[in-house]
Amino acid sequence: MGMTITEKILAAHAGLDKVEPGQLINAKLDVVLGNDITAPVAIKEFRRTGKEKVFDKEKVVLVPDHFTPNKDIKSAEQAKILRDFAREQELTNYFEVGRMGIEHCLLPEQGLVGPGDVVIGADSHTCTYGALGAFATGVGSTDMAAGMALGEAWFKVPESIKFIYHGKLQEWVAGKDLILYTIGKIGVDGARYQAMEFTGEAIESLSMDSRFTMANMAIEAGGKNGIIAPDRITEEYVKGRVKRPYKFYYSDSDARYSQIIDIDAALIEPQVAFPHLPENTRGISEAGLVLIDQVIIGSCTNGRLEDLRMAAGILKGKKVHPEIRLIIFPGTQQIYLDAMREGLFEIFVEAGAVVSTPTCGPCLGGHMGILAKGEKALATTNRNFVGRMGHPESEVYLSGPAVAAASAVKGRLAAPQEVI
Amino acid sequence: MLLRGKAWKFGNDVDTDAIIPARYLNTTDPQELAEHCMEDADPDFPQKVSKGDIIVAGKNFGCGSSREHAPIAIKAAGVSCVIARSFARIFYRNSINIGLPIMESPEGAAAIEEGHEVEVDAKEGKIKNLTTGETYTAAPFPDFMRQIISAGGLINYVAERVKKDG
Repeated sequence: MGMTITEKILAAHAGLDKVEPGQLINAKLDVVLGNDITAPVAIKEFRRTGKEKVFDKEKVVLVPDHFTPNKDIKSAEQAKILRDFAREQELTNYFEVGRMGIEHCLLPEQGLVGPGDVVIGADSHTCTYGALGAFATGVGSTDMAAGMALGEAWFKVPESIKFIYHGKLQEWVAGKDLILYTIGKIGVDGARYQAMEFTGEAIESLSMDSRFTMANMAIEAGGKNGIIAPDRITEEYVKGRVKRPYKFYYSDSDARYSQIIDIDAALIEPQVAFPHLPENTRGISEAGLVLIDQVIIGSCTNGRLEDLRMAAGILKGKKVHPEIRLIIFPGTQQIYLDAMREGLFEIFVEAGAVVSTPTCGPCLGGHMGILAKGEKALATTNRNFVGRMGHPESEVYLSGPAVAAASAVKGRLAAPQEVI
Repeated sequence: MLLRGKAWKFGNDVDTDAIIPARYLNTTDPQELAEHCMEDADPDFPQKVSKGDIIVAGKNFGCGSSREHAPIAIKAAGVSCVIARSFARIFYRNSINIGLPIMESPEGAAAIEEGHEVEVDAKEGKIKNLTTGETYTAAPFPDFMRQIISAGGLINYVAERVKKDG
């Protein structure tokens, strides 16, 4: 019996020839990540381990991205805990405001994660890096603390679900639509504790940015990790960017899966998830009349250059609806610069949108775009739970950047074709 | 150790934003977090809950973010145990790591109603409904997790190892 890509990566990091689903292992970590919400707790716990220094100052990555630029005094104190710890431990990879980005856009961009790596991050969307053919999973602060101390973590080897996306994608359909459709099909706990392996013709032709979007939302189906086998597109992305040695792993043809799910990707239209769970998905043509107050384009899910280009392609020469606030937040400083140089910001600002500095702020109802009671937002982010973006009686709808941009113009949920 | 308290019932897919909304995550102080525990699922919960009480919920409890503030808030609010049909992965792990007793018991989660008096033997995985007289069992923890639990959480476990390795 062969192994899946996830099993092979875990086995290699546990020093074993073979692992099986359900097996408990200790795996060596290539990256341990934390942010300004989770790392303060982790640093406090790290002090209790008896270790004075982290296991490797190159491999502990701290990114103050959630409530930064500091939204209030308490947030400033939390961000300062990271800064002080980074200095004390002489961490190579601490990213200050002005050089930072939303962690899951930033780490791949900076070449800090490579194919075949094992990564834990005290942030649930750490699963994003599976797009590179790495095993990456979200953990809590205490696991992060233990990881910083020991350079390893315990895992139960997950079972894998294989998703096969057949066919070619329709116009305006990208990674976000595929993953929303998938979550709608299997539910928010459909892949609980399992690896989601994304394969098939539609994935092979998917850009790196769209792959990150898909792996990013594996957690929204309860997945332990999302993963895509590396190929030429991966190689082009990591070449010259990842300075450490990396390795491509592939699932064996006789690998074992708990389920194999075939999806005809050619039939998928742009998707929208209705409140209050990411599984409440519909095709945009079935959305009906939903008036909205705010549109958010960005985040670790959809704040990359491809996303901004897609939004700009729709907004060019158009105006944001008078009753809509459109907020765009690019993922990193580099994406910000690239988008600016391409003239995308000119399109956004002329359309009547605001362009924010990279931050997780609005996605989790932190700052930079909070909703009032009764307001509705359409966001390219990843969660639409009750109160996620502000008042507990506000509502969040999720989509990709094309639907978001079209809806910003129309003032209601709208398909890209209605605007173009 | 026997845990005993009144049950508070919640539905399926209770997410970490409902357990502790992100707007309160600019602190790590357990007491401050406890003041907002379960607020977006039931705004009165922080006032209503008493020490020892037990949360009973449906499937996928604690889905969403990795915030350890969620089990920390529940524990600091005085809740002695969470019983659910199933738990989301990161919440499960976090609870073990910080020493919040959790019990996966589809039977118990279905049968216990709000206000029932419940007694839990966390070590044996036994749940007793003192109101109805019924008993339910919970899925046992793997040995490795028992070691973490008996060490008093992951950090104590790591500290023992660091001490041993010198």
